[in-house]
Amino acid sequence: MTRALLLAGLASFGLAAPAIGQSMDHSMMPGMSMPGMKMPAKKPAARAKPATKKPAVRKAPARKAPVRRAARPAADPHAGHDMTGMKMPGMSMGRTPAPDPHVGHDMSGMQGMDMGGQQAAPAKDPHAGHDMSAMPGMGASTGAQQDPHAGHDMSAMPGMAMSGNQSAAKVGTDLSPGNKPAPAPAGDHLADRFWGADAMASSRENDLRREHGGMTVYQILFNLAEYQAREGGDGYRWDGEAWIGGDINRFTLKTEGEGTFGKPLEQAEVQALYSRALDPYWNLQAGVRYDFKPNPSRTYATVGIEGLAPGWFEVEGALFLSDKGDVLGRAEGYYDQRITNWFVLQPRVEANFSAQDVPETGTGSGLTDLEAGFRLRYEGRREFAPYIGVSWERQFGDTARFTRARGDNTGGFSFVAGVRTWF
Amino acid sequence: MSRVLDRRQVLRGASLAGGGLALSAYMPAWAQPVSAGIAKPLPTVSGEDITLKVAHQMMMIDGRQSHAIGINGTVPAPLIRLREGQSVRLHVVNELDEETSIHWHGLLLPFQMDGVPGIAFPGIPARSTFTYEFPIIQSGTYWYHSHSGLQEQEGHYGPILIDPKNPDPVQFDREHVIVLSDHSFRHPHYLFDRLKKESGYFNRQRQTLSGLLAGKDQSLKERLEWGKMRMDPADVADVTGSVYTYLVNGYGPKDNWTALFQPGERVRLRFINASSMTTFNVRIPGLPMTIVAADGLNVRPVEIDEFQFGPAETYDAIVTPSDLRAYTLVGESVDRSGMARATLAPREGMAAEVPPLRKRPLATMKDMGMGGMDHGTMDHGAMGAAAGSMSGMDHAAMGHGTGTMPGMDHSQMNHGAAGAAAGDMAGVDHGQAQGSAMPGMGQAGGAMPGMSGDQMGGMDMSVMDMGAMNMRDFSKAPEVKKGPGVQTISPMPVDRTGDPGQGLENVGHRVLTYRDLMALDRNPDTRAPEREIKLHLTGNMERYMWGFDGEKLSENPDPITLLHGERVRVTLINDTMMGHPIHIHGHFFDLVTGKGAYAPRKHTVLVQPGGTVSWDVTGEEGDWAFHCHMLYHMHAGMMRVVQVRKAGAAA
Repeated sequence: MTRALLLAGLASFGLAAPAIGQSMDHSMMPGMSMPGMKMPAKKPAARAKPATKKPAVRKAPARKAPVRRAARPAADPHAGHDMTGMKMPGMSMGRTPAPDPHVGHDMSGMQGMDMGGQQAAPAKDPHAGHDMSAMPGMGASTGAQQDPHAGHDMSAMPGMAMSGNQSAAKVGTDLSPGNKPAPAPAGDHLADRFWGADAMASSRENDLRREHGGMTVYQILFNLAEYQAREGGDGYRWDGEAWIGGDINRFTLKTEGEGTFGKPLEQAEVQALYSRALDPYWNLQAGVRYDFKPNPSRTYATVGIEGLAPGWFEVEGALFLSDKGDVLGRAEGYYDQRITNWFVLQPRVEANFSAQDVPETGTGSGLTDLEAGFRLRYEGRREFAPYIGVSWERQFGDTARFTRARGDNTGGFSFVAGVRTWF
Repeated sequence: MSRVLDRRQVLRGASLAGGGLALSAYMPAWAQPVSAGIAKPLPTVSGEDITLKVAHQMMMIDGRQSHAIGINGTVPAPLIRLREGQSVRLHVVNELDEETSIHWHGLLLPFQMDGVPGIAFPGIPARSTFTYEFPIIQSGTYWYHSHSGLQEQEGHYGPILIDPKNPDPVQFDREHVIVLSDHSFRHPHYLFDRLKKESGYFNRQRQTLSGLLAGKDQSLKERLEWGKMRMDPADVADVTGSVYTYLVNGYGPKDNWTALFQPGERVRLRFINASSMTTFNVRIPGLPMTIVAADGLNVRPVEIDEFQFGPAETYDAIVTPSDLRAYTLVGESVDRSGMARATLAPREGMAAEVPPLRKRPLATMKDMGMGGMDHGTMDHGAMGAAAGSMSGMDHAAMGHGTGTMPGMDHSQMNHGAAGAAAGDMAGVDHGQAQGSAMPGMGQAGGAMPGMSGDQMGGMDMSVMDMGAMNMRDFSKAPEVKKGPGVQTISPMPVDRTGDPGQGLENVGHRVLTYRDLMALDRNPDTRAPEREIKLHLTGNMERYMWGFDGEKLSENPDPITLLHGERVRVTLINDTMMGHPIHIHGHFFDLVTGKGAYAPRKHTVLVQPGGTVSWDVTGEEGDWAFHCHMLYHMHAGMMRVVQVRKAGAAA
């Protein structure tokens, strides 16, 4: 009972003072003896400090630290709970919103009912004085009347150690953390004092930042580089991408094109893009596209997105606005299906769209052309994977009409053989 | 002065001598020896004044030449043997054409001698000498390695053994230092570059269509669900046996390094995981091991058959082989893509059967941070295993069922064991909710606005759609900076210190867990932590980005601040699907595993995938490195500075 009174008294003391940032050494309180709180009664004078923003300096060298329990600062109005030794496995009183009538009970973060972890609740907290130890099993004393949880029989919780009576059993790592604020970062670097500020500044830049996440990486990848065997003249095709930069910002080049052997290049384009990571999987890409072929060549402003869709689909989509005001679009996707850990089958689809007829380039509005292919590659070395496959191409609508008018093929099957390569 | 032997010459001699000994045909091809056994102890240096020459060299592994960075002509670097209470001067002569450094892993020393360029000192420039000097105030098994670039992967690591000032509480007749490492014949920059461009590059054990047809691994449904989340359960190790040769004291499996013993002797094996990227499962078939020290410090003896340890951890084990026979020491990579192999034998030239690699594990829901839901029936008994968790807390007994808690806000209730993130449903026994019913739990991972306890009755957990689970709910990790570097946030992480480690759940024998460890000596500081620091281990496998709280070191995050002498609790929450060995320089921390004042003290702790670990630590003045000891994770940014200042000295 004495203990309960003392605790209640301490609680009101906590109430009277600003809750946050207090670093009151309990030993300030003359004649206070709280066996239940396990405060070291030794050397109170030496430890007495005025309440300041900074916690009292502990001259406790980590290595030779005598085994002792430091007084906990009465940093919160729940100090009266003596949560120090109190171990309510499973419940955390942390993060208490002020208006919450359960202040003392907020289960948020419910871990180990760590009442010691009560975080700086406002002093008006009606439950501040909650003396759990005085609860019959767990009835509150001071705040009990308002406490809708008064009936809470926490004692029914196995393993729950109430303050005072069992707390002596809780030591070291069994104790729950308090809620002292973290010190603000210091702007200086201690090593400067030993090795000179200049040497350290350069080392921080070169050895630390650049070597720990700050590096530049590049890749050149040709997903397609192939020979196409088909009726009406064998041809070739490529589709590649190169990038350089960090994890977020990259400069990207893309190129694709195709042609028939013995004839002039039919289609060839290159894109120069700024690429920025939007999230773990997707990059936003914007820049310019230049078509060497078909003639006449065109320049486009480009914006697109590229990334990995749920289900492991590599997806790419882009819109192009030409210098003549024409709008084109493209969607591309593929999936790497591992047959084994060495053979990969890649189904792939690419579709081009146009918002209008562009007779000069033989482009009709709507879906202009579609390519679908299956390519089986051997990844003996992942960087150099030869493949074979089939590809089906088809032009549609006015695009097909334009092509037929020229006397060219509007599509068909090809057998393909090539190399997927990167370095 | 230092005494150095040319181990390679010895090796050559040994292989010639042992050439006539044909070894058992039942060994798999990769374990066919090129030597019958090499019982060569590590070259040793000792005294108060030691010179270490860091230089490029060639080394021979399984009969194959490799480039390496060694010290005094040897890889691993020579064993530095010291005595507690002495002082030591270590002259490091850098004969490389690039900067180097040596970090004394696990040693308590003034921070400016800690050897991390950019934090403790400016590094050791090419072709120059730097002298470290510090007192030795501890004893045990430690190690040292470069903290510059990726040199550690090239061979720049070696063991440290400090004999205690007082009589050693561990009795033994003989000891062997066992340095496990991973070596690649490719340059480490190549390895890192491949990971950046294609993170699954080295994994040749992924799930395949033929595997599915053969009924192996996950079912189609599971594969689709995991695919929807863009998570690869076969991603257990980033760099694997496809490019690594796993070494024991610098020798490959075919070299068959051999530790000698006399039957009946108590042999102390000092295991050091000096690998760059490999978590090892260590066992000696037929020979139980008694763990007597962890990370250099004595623990109460605990007998086990196998243990898992991450890069930078160390364990001392006592074995007592009684028969006149050979035993194989197996250090299997966590993804079972290869193994380090050595032999314990009464004499050189003996060998025992080398067990085949076991089946590689697949990540589970628990590894994805859904440990709290792993119970199926929400059996919170599993929580009892977690430290400081709600052992068997029964909400019914709390009166939820009787409605004495009107308006109790479950939405913020962290039902989680060990309670990492708020809003967790891990592990509370909801009384009548058990085994039944919780629709809505699926949504946003357990946010149940305004739901009272009794309402939970009659819901069915089994209908929960894992695929619909938000794997990137930042409300569960308010500390984490949202960005491309964070692929997932563990929805319900649980304390996994009681787990044996990924892939060791059902191996049919005793596997060490952190909860088996208990310090022999009382912890020097048993105060309650004054506050808690929560740190999320975050990453994005697709871009190969790694960090703490979503930030890479290159982004200049604020340092982690402590006061000198301040006692804090650090809770690490693994929001990734990989294990991370987290190391703090210059400190030992006390693992929170319910051992009170006898918590096991470590310098490195392996945080299992989707799991949490808490530890208490007392600040020691200095600027210290804090990082994941997976070398390429650190290189990708998974590092922080811990700034410990005296109170009042802080700005």
